[in-house]
Amino acid sequence: MFDHFLTRAILGAVGVALAAAPLGVFVVWRRMAYFGDATAHAAVLGVALALAFSTPIFAGTLLVSLGMAFAVARLTGRGFGADMILGVASHAALAFGLVAVTLVKGPRLDLQSYLFGDILAVGHTDLALIWLGAVLVWGLILWRWTGLLLSTLSPDLAYASGIDPGREKYVMMIALALVVAVAIKIVGALLIGAMLIIPAASARPFARTPEQMLVGAAGLGVCASLLGLWSAWEFDTPAGPSIVCAATVLFALSHLLGRR
Amino acid sequence: MSALIRAEGLSVKRGATTVLRDVDFSIEAKEIVTIVGPNGSGKSSLMKALIGAVPASAGKVTRKAKLRLGYVPQSLSVDPSMPMTVERFLDLPHQATAQDRAEALAEAGAEDLATRQLTDLSGGQFQRAMLARALLNRPEILLLDEPTTGLDQPGQADFYRKIEELRDQLGCAVLMVSHDLHVVMSASDRVLCVNGHICCEGHPEVVAQAEEYRALFGSGTGGTLALYRHQHSHHHHHDGPCDHDHDTPAQDAN
Repeated sequence: MFDHFLTRAILGAVGVALAAAPLGVFVVWRRMAYFGDATAHAAVLGVALALAFSTPIFAGTLLVSLGMAFAVARLTGRGFGADMILGVASHAALAFGLVAVTLVKGPRLDLQSYLFGDILAVGHTDLALIWLGAVLVWGLILWRWTGLLLSTLSPDLAYASGIDPGREKYVMMIALALVVAVAIKIVGALLIGAMLIIPAASARPFARTPEQMLVGAAGLGVCASLLGLWSAWEFDTPAGPSIVCAATVLFALSHLLGRR
Repeated sequence: MSALIRAEGLSVKRGATTVLRDVDFSIEAKEIVTIVGPNGSGKSSLMKALIGAVPASAGKVTRKAKLRLGYVPQSLSVDPSMPMTVERFLDLPHQATAQDRAEALAEAGAEDLATRQLTDLSGGQFQRAMLARALLNRPEILLLDEPTTGLDQPGQADFYRKIEELRDQLGCAVLMVSHDLHVVMSASDRVLCVNGHICCEGHPEVVAQAEEYRALFGSGTGGTLALYRHQHSHHHHHDGPCDHDHDTPAQDAN
């Protein structure tokens, strides 16, 4: 059953949508859109390093994304403006990544597949990693759910309840690096941010509680993946961007029909 | 008597600036203490240091073991993208029973707000929702950071009266911060003047008896509010000696 490339593509896209949902809601609530982008862009550098050292791409992207997330978090905590640091880091990571990829010796790399995803080349190992990543992200976020919610609402309230918002932030960063590492194959480094934000934002008009928004984000993300893949198949368009287009259509519909 | 929270030689820095230095303070069960001071005087920093949200750069803060504290922040910047009903908010971080939630909402006068979104609340409603959450774990001490910001004068009087009632009802201590130098609750057992350090502290009675100030508010607020003048040219109307040069904290008579 997993042998047909279309089956693998569907399972991969659905897995990524599910992995992105629990993190995506927090990225929206905490206004971390740029942070997500910077981390995702760093993954390109991770690809280059993985090729240079002949390590698995997954490990390379995971480590470099994690490093990026921690570095940015440290710098913004030291009085630099968050917007400025993210602007520097996000573009620098992309540029250094692109340069590094071309410097790596060896078989010519299809750069585009890492920037925009290459869903039809998803193999069994990729699928396993995607779903493992999705399970880990859900586990991590649900484990820290109330602490994360309270820290997002107010760090002071969290402290007063004996929760350290700094630690919750690390949980977010680890989850973010995981999502980036599993999503790069499907939607590519440039559009990972879209998979985080758009389904969560689409779920907002129909949600009255954070939990409803989480479920909505997961559901709409899966719908967008299926719709996007179908249109990619039907109109022969690239899969990653098609998924993001589908998500955007759902976003527009949701806000037109929603009560807000 | 053992203190619920005690600060000894506490200093707090924001960036490179020391915003608070050499604070010795303690609050005991059932006491109502109000911290007043001008903007930027470090009174919110003192509150945050007491709940553990900012670290002490010198000195220390000790809390009674397993102290149940209820904190009401000055405001929350709830992002409009976050859906959150008042009832769901009350369950953070611990799930409460429906009955406890209803009780806390009633005590805070917020029973009609349960299903409302946090982002839709007015200033006063928001304050009551915050208070309900703080009451939920039966606090031994209630900490309120500028609780009447955004309330009009009758609203402030109502709020202070509510706090007084709650103290009597629940037997908890209350520590409040107010940036309004003129309005201090007559029910405060102690008033603490902060401006980078503790300028002076004392019983508000003495201050409240200054007729010319009381006349300004007086009847309009049902006598709950008393006036308290704080001129930072160091002319204090208190019961303690306050003839310090602002480099050493004043040790007050009580």
